[in-house]
Amino acid sequence: MWGIVSRTAVNRGFSVSKSQFRCLVQGARNFSSKEMTVRDALNSALDEEMSADPKVFIMGEEVGEYQGAYKITKGLLDKYGPERVIDTPITEAGFTGIAVGAAYHSLKPVVEFMTFNFSMQAIDHIINSAAKSNYMSAGQISVPIVFRGPNGAAAGVGAQHSQCYAAWFGACPGLKVLAPYSSEDARGLLKAAIRDPDPVVFLENELLYGESFPVSAEALDSSFCLPIGKAKIEREGKDVTIVTFSKMVGFALKAAEILEKEGISAEIINLRSIRPLDRATINSSVRKTNRLVTVEEGFPQHGVGAEICASVVEESFEYLDAPVERIAGADVCMPYAANLERLAVPQIEDIVRAAKRICFRSTSMAATG
Amino acid sequence: MATWFLKSRSVLQCVKTRAGLHQIICNRSLKGASLHSKALQLEDDLDYSENEAWYFPGGAVPFTSKINFIADSSEERIHCYRVLDNSGHHMLSNTSKLISKELAVQLYSSMVTLQMMDTVFNEVQRQGRTSFYMTSHGEEAINIASAAALSNEDIILPQYREHGVLLWRGFSLQEFANQLFANKADKGKGRQMPMHYGSNKHNYITVSSPLGTQIPQAVGVAYSLKMEKKDACVVTYFGDGTTSEGDFHAGLNFAAVLEVPVIFFCRNNGWAISTPVTEQFRSDGIAVKGRAYGIPSIRVDGNDALAIYDAMQEARKIAIKEQKPILIEALTYRVGHHSTSDDSTKYRAREEIEQWKADRNPISRYRNWIEGNGWWNEEQESTLRGSVRKQLMNAIGVAEKAERPALTDLFADVYHDMPTNLQEQERSLTETIRKHPQDFPSGFAVASQI
Repeated sequence: MWGIVSRTAVNRGFSVSKSQFRCLVQGARNFSSKEMTVRDALNSALDEEMSADPKVFIMGEEVGEYQGAYKITKGLLDKYGPERVIDTPITEAGFTGIAVGAAYHSLKPVVEFMTFNFSMQAIDHIINSAAKSNYMSAGQISVPIVFRGPNGAAAGVGAQHSQCYAAWFGACPGLKVLAPYSSEDARGLLKAAIRDPDPVVFLENELLYGESFPVSAEALDSSFCLPIGKAKIEREGKDVTIVTFSKMVGFALKAAEILEKEGISAEIINLRSIRPLDRATINSSVRKTNRLVTVEEGFPQHGVGAEICASVVEESFEYLDAPVERIAGADVCMPYAANLERLAVPQIEDIVRAAKRICFRSTSMAATG
Repeated sequence: MATWFLKSRSVLQCVKTRAGLHQIICNRSLKGASLHSKALQLEDDLDYSENEAWYFPGGAVPFTSKINFIADSSEERIHCYRVLDNSGHHMLSNTSKLISKELAVQLYSSMVTLQMMDTVFNEVQRQGRTSFYMTSHGEEAINIASAAALSNEDIILPQYREHGVLLWRGFSLQEFANQLFANKADKGKGRQMPMHYGSNKHNYITVSSPLGTQIPQAVGVAYSLKMEKKDACVVTYFGDGTTSEGDFHAGLNFAAVLEVPVIFFCRNNGWAISTPVTEQFRSDGIAVKGRAYGIPSIRVDGNDALAIYDAMQEARKIAIKEQKPILIEALTYRVGHHSTSDDSTKYRAREEIEQWKADRNPISRYRNWIEGNGWWNEEQESTLRGSVRKQLMNAIGVAEKAERPALTDLFADVYHDMPTNLQEQERSLTETIRKHPQDFPSGFAVASQI
């Protein structure tokens, strides 16, 4: 909710009164008038971690001279030099393997994939060389590596640049999988990922890079870190739990505003962590609201929502007043044409309709089937 | 030409002044230098006029008016370095330093131990007591001699047929047996199938099944050593078949660009399971590929222990001193089957196998040399073989009867710290086993460590 309020406030050109308004709404949290884009949040997190630990280094295509394909690594080559910010030849398999090898021998690489779609060319190294090594070596070889880059749909980039890999990576033991939404998420989770001794897949979102969010003074501190495996309740509610991650958090928050006007109070959970999944937070919320909607951009079959649904059915079945609803991307490769693309990903209206259905305010899907 | 010369000089001056790239232009190997300066590397190439050569990105390229395709292969194959002739006599033409008697005998004992270990462990699998094994028959010289030329600080990233390297470094027969039987004493905690040894203590990175993944990983480890400025290098082994994997090409290319101390050691033994080298690639083996990536390479006789020792020593010196990768191709023959899941007589002639086994055996060839020097005799041979056999039987006996890994080894090490969901699962499984012991195998500790 906070993010939405600040964005609409900016759009309306508020100035001085903005900070007072924020103060009231923010409540107990540290108040700061600082806003930061997700891009700057990631950049500052990388900068601070590289400064604090000389073993941290960055590797990827265009990360150095070009300042990063999405400018996330801007300024870092100048500051830390070519030994710590490495522009690689074009071989995802190659540079991922090399980074894993460096991590075997105690360096801490942060590998950038231009998009996680390209990580498919390196998936053997991510799974077989990174995720499984600690286990297969009986604890002798730990792999403190971070794989980061944009994940999921962007805008008008077609099938091979739009897939969401949260469910695939989230299935693998040995990996930790994070999906930040806000700038604070981006800073705190990336720092946690870099400090973590296990391999972490860090799923960003291209369309969120340019979005601005307020950041607290605490979040701006270089020691700031968010716990891995803990979801965040972005908005409290009592009628329905909506669980989601990344860009869809923004959509869900907007949907919550709309639902509020119709008398439905939605609780929005920002997962932050796909693996480990914060089942405790999800279940305790469902036990409160008795209804669950999951939202993701990725494909529906074997998606993140499927796992959440199974978890809730296993642990909180008696508390459910309605079947769980999953909202996901269409079960098709992402088309290019703008109208088709819009139809292939969840929109705010889809979330609103699902929440209403689950609160029995409109006919259920089964009834119309 | 003079006009052009002056003109280019002034351009250079211009670039230097404007971008402050003087330092970078002078030092070609400095990474991070902009493409701009690399395209104008004029210092050494001032002999060409603008019509004779162009300075494309990467350097001056002279022109030719003859259309000429570089042939797909040379008239003659790359020569193969050897020290001992077929019968194990030191070739007079070879000027390499002789190794000491002590080292020479140690090399031989290790090769014999490796050969016997392989024979016995292979038998144990055929008897159904273990599930899988791979021998290194025919490649004993490669295993032992290459390892002997390294220091214990050098880091090894093996493929799967280099357990002799680990043997040389001090992994005991008992430790090998423990891994094969996946018992409680297995350093790998029963996690991996046989042959997937690993030991940080011996700087031997755990074997990983997907072929070739160790190649770019080795480059990464070497990069780490380079950052530490350590007096050590990385050696990664792979077979002829693995050089077809994408990782081989990515790894070699990248190693040259990063300028790291890594030795790429290819065991070209002629076969990748049933695929002969003629169906694997059409180049002159692997040594010829080094040049394509800007890597110095050498071809050696993989059945000549002294040649391998020499080449590896030399390669190590270059790799560390000059901080650059080296490619070594050792030509040899895979005498055994690919593994216990293979019967190679199905795809190759028995006569071919027999010939390599009998006439070109690296161990007997080397034995001729040490016996010729008066450093070995039949009596020592029987003593050695008797002792190794006894140790092997003992190790197998102990390993087979030992307790299996504890239940906690199922759940530990997935992550650095065991997450709560796995702790719960471990507790739950422990309870279930306690309640229904008849439904579960015995012979391992069940008590939860949490």
